Amino acid sequence: MIRVVLPSHLRRLARLDYEVVLEVEGRVTQRSVLDALEACYPMLRGTIRDHVMHQRRPMVRFFACGEDWSLKSPDAALPDEVAAGIEPFLIVGAMAGG
Amino acid sequence: MSRVRLLVGTRKGAFILTSDGARKIWKVDGPHFAGWEIYHMKGSPTELDRLYASQTTDWFGQIIQRSDDGGKTWYQPGSPGGAPTVSPDGMPVGESNKFVYDTSSGTGKPLTTHMWYDGTQHPWEFKRVWHLEPSLADPDTLYAGVEDAALFRSVDGGRSWQELAGLRGHRTGPDWAPGAGGLCLHTILLDPTDAGRMYVAISAAGTFRSDDSGMTWQSITKGLHSLYIPDPTAEVGHCVHRIAMHPSRPNVLFMQKHWDVARSDDAGESWYEISGNLPSDFGFPIEVHSHEPETVFVVPIKSDAEHYPPEGKLRVYRSRSGGHEWEALTKGLPQKDCYINVVRDATSVDSLDPCGVYFGTTGGQVYASADGGDSWTAIVRDFPAVLSVEAQTLP
Repeated sequence: MIRVVLPSHLRRLARLDYEVVLEVEGRVTQRSVLDALEACYPMLRGTIRDHVMHQRRPMVRFFACGEDWSLKSPDAALPDEVAAGIEPFLIVGAMAGG
Repeated sequence: MSRVRLLVGTRKGAFILTSDGARKIWKVDGPHFAGWEIYHMKGSPTELDRLYASQTTDWFGQIIQRSDDGGKTWYQPGSPGGAPTVSPDGMPVGESNKFVYDTSSGTGKPLTTHMWYDGTQHPWEFKRVWHLEPSLADPDTLYAGVEDAALFRSVDGGRSWQELAGLRGHRTGPDWAPGAGGLCLHTILLDPTDAGRMYVAISAAGTFRSDDSGMTWQSITKGLHSLYIPDPTAEVGHCVHRIAMHPSRPNVLFMQKHWDVARSDDAGESWYEISGNLPSDFGFPIEVHSHEPETVFVVPIKSDAEHYPPEGKLRVYRSRSGGHEWEALTKGLPQKDCYINVVRDATSVDSLDPCGVYFGTTGGQVYASADGGDSWTAIVRDFPAVLSVEAQTLP
């Protein structure tokens, strides 16, 4: 069980409350978490990463266990605490502009 | 008795304003999509409760919303919640926010770059949908004008989009350059008498016409004069802010340019200036009266650097002679200390008699006139900055 916290814009789009709980098969990475998220909530496709190359949108950041994961490989294993559902994977709109 | 529905897009959400035919008392519904920028909303002329909206932020990109009940409920047509994400044969279902430039070898391969601010070539990058134009005949067909400038079409009610790459493939495409607001295709006009004819306008490239349903295009800028570009009469580079037509005379076009108000009487083959006695011929919107093809409205602002009304007086200007001679419409509008702007898609008219005229401002007001512009009332005063206004006349 993986916990994912979305920013308010995307929660509103997906009609969700604060946190999403996902089942992720295999290694828990940014890519596998986002694949599972988009499979459950297809309206989020293209809002976190682009449709074609699946690259993170410039003003979206990823955090886990107090650490910025935005620039790490999407295939790197996320912390054990995230994989165990103890800590959430945070998707955040970058603080840019007003 | 007829009713009017105004679709208002703002920097922080969408609003729907409705009134009966008297247009004195308005009901305000919204915000829909709170916190998102709504660049444009428009209804199908053949199915009035079918609405489309362009929802965007710089953070999370582009969303297309659709309503089939006049704006009471909305959904993303390519990815409704709970729907299968793949087709029975395993292919991803259409995604309503997937705008991918044509790179096919047949039509899109050479379309790689356009002019950048520094004169170098720059890759085309999709940023947002500025304008949605539903077909005049089919509620499932609509066009999207996007930034970086391109034209997309959906034939499945917004579920999926395909680029009409012949526009970017125009031989001048590599010379198109962004204006201060980006390289945006912001105006799409469909000829009601000729299903194959359409017009688009692009800042800062110019205006183009297709006579074969968007497959091929020709630039239609002859007669335009723009002092701010190296060659004032160049084929492309003109910062066209908006064009408008009356459906009864689709060969007559009116244009608000970066500077200059202009007119064409031959489907864009040639243009001539009609700024006349306007206090400034800089502005963004231009609109045609719904029953009088020679009556035109503009909202002048002071200059390219000072995007607010001259002398702090908010004045709509109306010409009843197709240009040249303009009268200031001031009744009900602030005549001192007013420093708002009216952006290009933020004016509209209804088709009642007398004609209703509407505009929204960057200060959050939506003004309505139920008498063809003679007098004005603020329907709302404190919305977020208004990006677009579209009026629907309902039975």
